[in-house]
Amino acid sequence: MTDSALSPAIALALILTAPLFGALAAMVTGRRGAGIALATMTATGIGIVTLLVIIAGDGDFTLAIGGWEPPLGIQLRADGLAAGFITTTALVMGAILAVAGKPFGAGATERRGAYTFWPLALLLWGALNAIFLSGDLFNLYVGLELLTLVAVALVGIEGKRETLAAALRYMMFALMGSLLYLLGAALLYAAHGTLDIALLAARVGNAPGDIVAAAAITAGLAAKTALFPFHSWLPPAHSGAPAPASAMLSGLVPKASFYILLRFWFEAAPDIAGTGVLTLLGGLGALAMIYGSLLALHQNRLKLIIAYSTVAQLGYLFFVFPLAGGTSAAQPWAAGAWSGAVFHALSHAMAKASMFLCAGLIIEAIGHDRLPGMKGIVRAMPMTVFAFALAAITLMGLPPSGGFTAKYLMMTASFAAGQPFWALMLIVAGLLAAAYLYRPLALAFALPDADAPVPGAVSRARQAAPLVLALAAILLGILSAGPFAFIRIGRPGAAVEGLE
Amino acid sequence: MIASLFDLTLCLLILAVAGAAVFGRAAFMAVVFFIVYGILIAIAWLRLGAIDVALAEAAIGAGLTGVLLLAALSRIMRNIDAPEPAPVLEGKTIATGLASLVVTALVAHAFLTLPEPRGLQSRVTANLADAGAENPVTAVLLNFRGWDTLLESIVLLAALLGVWTLARDDAWSGRAGLRHVTRPGGVLAQFGRILPPIGLLVGIYLVWAGSKQPGGAFQGGTVLAAVWIVTIMAGLMQAPRVADRALRAALVIGPVIFLALAVAGVFAGAFLVFPPAHAGWLILAVEAVLTLSIAATLAMLIFGPPEGEEKR
Amino acid sequence: MIAPSASLLYGLCGAVLIGLGLYGFVAHRRLIRRVLAFNVIGSGIFLLFGASAYRDPAAGADPVPQAMIITGIVVALAATALALALIVAHARLAQSGALPEDETHEDGSEDAP
Repeated sequence: MTDSALSPAIALALILTAPLFGALAAMVTGRRGAGIALATMTATGIGIVTLLVIIAGDGDFTLAIGGWEPPLGIQLRADGLAAGFITTTALVMGAILAVAGKPFGAGATERRGAYTFWPLALLLWGALNAIFLSGDLFNLYVGLELLTLVAVALVGIEGKRETLAAALRYMMFALMGSLLYLLGAALLYAAHGTLDIALLAARVGNAPGDIVAAAAITAGLAAKTALFPFHSWLPPAHSGAPAPASAMLSGLVPKASFYILLRFWFEAAPDIAGTGVLTLLGGLGALAMIYGSLLALHQNRLKLIIAYSTVAQLGYLFFVFPLAGGTSAAQPWAAGAWSGAVFHALSHAMAKASMFLCAGLIIEAIGHDRLPGMKGIVRAMPMTVFAFALAAITLMGLPPSGGFTAKYLMMTASFAAGQPFWALMLIVAGLLAAAYLYRPLALAFALPDADAPVPGAVSRARQAAPLVLALAAILLGILSAGPFAFIRIGRPGAAVEGLE
Repeated sequence: MIASLFDLTLCLLILAVAGAAVFGRAAFMAVVFFIVYGILIAIAWLRLGAIDVALAEAAIGAGLTGVLLLAALSRIMRNIDAPEPAPVLEGKTIATGLASLVVTALVAHAFLTLPEPRGLQSRVTANLADAGAENPVTAVLLNFRGWDTLLESIVLLAALLGVWTLARDDAWSGRAGLRHVTRPGGVLAQFGRILPPIGLLVGIYLVWAGSKQPGGAFQGGTVLAAVWIVTIMAGLMQAPRVADRALRAALVIGPVIFLALAVAGVFAGAFLVFPPAHAGWLILAVEAVLTLSIAATLAMLIFGPPEGEEKR
Repeated sequence: MIAPSASLLYGLCGAVLIGLGLYGFVAHRRLIRRVLAFNVIGSGIFLLFGASAYRDPAAGADPVPQAMIITGIVVALAATALALALIVAHARLAQSGALPEDETHEDGSEDAP
């Protein structure tokens, strides 16, 4: 008995505290950041593997922190969804930290950027894990605040005027988002005496307080997920940060606020979602897709293309609301739409992070990210270009990638629900993604100019990291059956059957 | 409690001062009004039976935030020299005003239509004996919802890391903040001799008493941070270097010990457990180290990034 | 007429503060004023929350919201400190206390902090 009670707690403790311990250690020691990151990855990895084994074997579970059950205490929730996000985050962080070893490596004396990067990166990881496992709305707020402050700091790490302006713009939107979320949480507690998601499910109703709270929480989280029209902060922030930071910012950070939205609308307040609100969310997602894709077509810097692509791709996620929320929740296609959105979040995290890491390696080689300079770079960095191409396949939603599986699930749900508009949007967005990703790829494979400077050398080991990530995103599509079943473990929902 | 004339007057004062802080044209006056506003809010907390919150608001909300705003304002004024603009009444202003009115109305309506209170007072009281603290707020902060507090102490460190990131590369090995020059026999130097011992006592008492009465690690930590700041500003000590190992150890020791306790609880099958038999002294121990870290972090946040030599 | 309870009064006060701060946050161009407005909104939300915890004075105040509010105050301070440090660093390089898009009017006049 003690053994089986021990391992879930150990797994969660490792996952939650290893990154935090690592960050604190890195803060003290200064020049051993990379080594500490490696140790953290190992410890967290052990916790994650244990968690996956437990959930696959015994199903989902909860853990009341301190032994205090909700509503008095905070409950941690470990189900398939949480484990899926935690695993993806670990893979992405592993690749990022592997590549970051060189630009942020230790010098003879302690340097500012190299010192602050490692604790910030590990704190970001810790914040994400805390969010993915939490079952309490206020605890989610604290985790989200930690995540936001660290993300803003990472945007400003290079200290140039434009990046500081980008960090400030991000901060302003994020502050507003935090306040809105806090207002909603306060109203919910005032009405129901708890902020535990599972308990709220039974108590939240259609009272004005609940509706205002839900609107505030949704608006706040939408601002943090850069949903149209709250998106303008994202492209300059993500393109201005150094590449490893951009990978974290685009791949992982917006997924956290989206994750909370999923938890809120599908578990805490499933009954109060009216068709109007859900369609509005989906509509804004569609606008984000089109707007972000069109702007990506006009950019001449690689990192800006990738950043605008994030705006577009985050829009896809919001289709889950009209397709699987509210009254649709009981329909057979809801499970498919929900799984599709989750698959998209996970595969986008890996593909986008891979893309930004590739961009970073290219910048190291040629010194800038202006598109014309990329001409013919496949000869100097074949692994990187190949990784970029694989990541592009996922983003375009081409088979057999994870992006394709996600798109397929959402499109079939869209047709089954009699709302073909979303499927149409997905097709259009896929075409636009192909267009804006074609340009850098075509340039990479073109013949280099005769007078172009020779690109610098980048080690193959570091080029392998984004390649692994991009491959993982493709694998998610090829081997999708396992993850598809796994993420649904512990999901409360009316329809358990997916789409055949 | 029925609202008395005092409450009504206080609320009107709060709104008036808040209005001055938000709408005032001169930035310096706005910040001063904001500090006054913070004190008034602290008084409001007393009327609402939230003494721990009143202490936190006065110290952190009014005091520390006010100091941060004033310091930032003075540093910005060094770089920019321009007159105040005249307010412009245009479509955007009117739309924003309307939006604010709508938000206020919605929130007020939500508040007025709240169902019967379903608070957790009874649950807290029922479990207070096992919690290790007689002050219910401390019990919630450190025990029932201790994970929130642990994360929150790390949020403070994250903000400090962010502030440090903004240092110039060449200033990294310097001391935190701008260099202070204090007249040796002046008022500030005298304060620097008289205030710290008193402040030290008050701060430590706030933490110690926080178990049974209003007080706690954050409130006590703020007072201790103020003690340190006054000592440095009075010229009796120098601001630490960012690379100082002792400083860094002080910054992290609170969260580290709290985290270690959290992990240790795993062997009792739960995460972050205070066994009831030992909860009392464990909470005090955690609060003690947490106070040290909070004090160090808050003080360093006030000083800001290492600046090296001031360039005019 | 039933005398209003203190909780009701402070709750409504909080609601007005939220609206007031929201106006300041959106309307001001100077970032430091926005940070100030952010703090006003925050304390308004806390006041509303705390008032809701004291609706039945006979039962005493609910300590859980009070603990959450203290946590919120500290988190708001952390965010304020970072925001202000960013504003100062940006102002040094950009010679301005506002974001580039909020900087000049069409007539070319500059704003003061």
